[in-house]
Amino acid sequence: MKQLKYLSSIIVLAALSVPCYALDGTEIMQKALNAYYYPGDDQRAQAHMTILDNQGRERIRDLTLLRLNLDSNDGKQKYYVYFNQPSDVKKMVFMAWKNIIREDDRWLYLPALDLVRRIASSDERSSFVGSHFFYEDVSGRSLEEDNHQLTNQDDKYYFIQSTPKQPEKVEFSSYQVWVDVNTFLPMKIEYYDQQKAVYRIYQTLSFTDIEGHPTVTKAQMEDTQTGGKTIVEYSAIKYSQGIPEKIFSERYLRKTPKKYFK
Amino acid sequence: MKNPLLSLITFCLCFFFTDEIVKANTENAFLDINGFVETRIGTRIKNDPQQKDMSIGELRAQLETEKDFEEITFTMVTDMVIDPVLDSYTPDLESGKGIIDLRQFNILFSPTDNTDVKLGRQILTWGTGDLLFINDLFAKDFNSFFIGRDDEYLKAPTDAIKVSIFSDKINTDLIYVPKFNADRYIDGKRISYFDPASRRFKGRDNPIEVDTPDQWFDDDELTLRLYGTIDNMEAAIYYYHGFWKSPAGMDTESGKSTFPKLQVLGASLRTPLFKGITSLEAGYYKSDQAAQTDPLSNNSEFRLLIGHQKEIAKEFTLTIQYQLIHKLNYTDYLTHLPENAIKQKINHNTITLRLTKLMLQQNLTLSLFNFYSPSDEDGYLRLQSHYKITDDLKSTVGLNYFYGDESHTFYSQFENASNVYTAIRYEY
Repeated sequence: MKQLKYLSSIIVLAALSVPCYALDGTEIMQKALNAYYYPGDDQRAQAHMTILDNQGRERIRDLTLLRLNLDSNDGKQKYYVYFNQPSDVKKMVFMAWKNIIREDDRWLYLPALDLVRRIASSDERSSFVGSHFFYEDVSGRSLEEDNHQLTNQDDKYYFIQSTPKQPEKVEFSSYQVWVDVNTFLPMKIEYYDQQKAVYRIYQTLSFTDIEGHPTVTKAQMEDTQTGGKTIVEYSAIKYSQGIPEKIFSERYLRKTPKKYFK
Repeated sequence: MKNPLLSLITFCLCFFFTDEIVKANTENAFLDINGFVETRIGTRIKNDPQQKDMSIGELRAQLETEKDFEEITFTMVTDMVIDPVLDSYTPDLESGKGIIDLRQFNILFSPTDNTDVKLGRQILTWGTGDLLFINDLFAKDFNSFFIGRDDEYLKAPTDAIKVSIFSDKINTDLIYVPKFNADRYIDGKRISYFDPASRRFKGRDNPIEVDTPDQWFDDDELTLRLYGTIDNMEAAIYYYHGFWKSPAGMDTESGKSTFPKLQVLGASLRTPLFKGITSLEAGYYKSDQAAQTDPLSNNSEFRLLIGHQKEIAKEFTLTIQYQLIHKLNYTDYLTHLPENAIKQKINHNTITLRLTKLMLQQNLTLSLFNFYSPSDEDGYLRLQSHYKITDDLKSTVGLNYFYGDESHTFYSQFENASNVYTAIRYEY
């Protein structure tokens, strides 16, 4: 026991004596992605999306989301998205297996036809369920796809400038991220077009601590060119409830796993 | 109720509901009700003297309820239809004709951790084809499809017991249909068809006469699917034991069309490939022994389907498919073919093209689907536009256009059924 105490004090001392290196842009973005897309072993949430066009006309999407981080430690995840509203898409399920090195595998289940359709997923930057969020905003853009540079820092934010490694694959020329220095949550993202003008703005409108994880509870994506925007509010958030991997399979597209919804 | 399967479920439900009333105030069960009301109107764009000019004109209300009784989920989806074109209102639960079309009425439960059972009326689909089917031998409703009802109506319901067993590697679906469930095939009542025996079109006043296998537990169907995922490739093996789903033979004594016995053994693969989804499906159709040399019945066939789906631009997808139907025992078929009879080719090819474009924040969907058969030189074009006026209100405009030179080929025979339609649907 004495030895153990001795050993632990050495470890503490060693840790304290390591000089405090500043984080670089890529490290900050890695932490931001982890804080935003990976908290907990798994997550359940209700998402209420309000989609507004430039005339203020409103569309609603009500979704139940299940997310699982795979043990493989390479960033792979599985997503299950169940539609509650509007009623024409009620009970539809969108499922994705997020891969890092190749494109994601995606399926859509259409209950009226009992049809499990596999979806070609070459374009990650198209609208998610008709909202102003892109598929990639919901599932996360890979860290390796952009170069991340820390351009500035104040007592609230790290300012990260990200530029794509393959500019021909995306519609933006760069984007700037305001990363909260305490939680590492991205608080604001501005996307710049080829003329370096802002055309798309993400904002975290509120966040709270849930089970020790700083969690976004309200966010907005605005298309400044068309004047439309989508506000998403998350509720009933639960982490690490032990969602088994088998939930993310054809079986549970046909049989809603309500146990994990309640 | 003559249908023992539906009676059984009704009995179970009465039992559960009684139980539910007892503990009504102690538990808050999950009950869901939704559905839609729609009107749909369409007209023929070519004249068919044997049919009404109006191709569709109906008022439809769908009610969907789902209720959980602890581990059992009950689902009911039923349509009330007022359809002056067919003008028959007596409900017939089997054919879906009349004022009520009961689409789902089933219970779903898991007797063990790795088994699901769905019992009752249900919609069943599998396979990799897009509007072409090889191993999916569940009932289709071609009338609904051709007159411009919503795509969901291509699938007709089946009264079945579905047992699904899951494991880490291979999953199994076993479906037993205690009484043969035919397609809702083209019978002449609202779409005329070409009768090769008489070489005449048959329409509303002289529809097809059939002898449908209808003995409970004797004229049954059994379907099996084994499937699994290898990395990101989905693989499946299928088996079917039953009957041709649409009339495929003729009883020369009675003159009635028949449904010869059929077995199908098939397989499919589906995987991401070439920046899209590629699928391959094949099936060996073994027609009843008696039908094998009978020119009036469908012979055995080999069927193959290759498909590729790809997003070619933002929110713009393309799907192309090629299907081959190769007749087996073709020499026998030719030998026994009566003189002057219309000779079918050994190979029947179909190429399909689907283009789907989403616009206006996905509120507008434009789609084109074309079936073209190079071997028959005929085809079928489907155009659809769906616009979501609000979340609850959707308008649809569409075209079904059949073309070809010869009146006896599959799509060409429906040329005079070509139609345009429009619909407005309110969801609740």
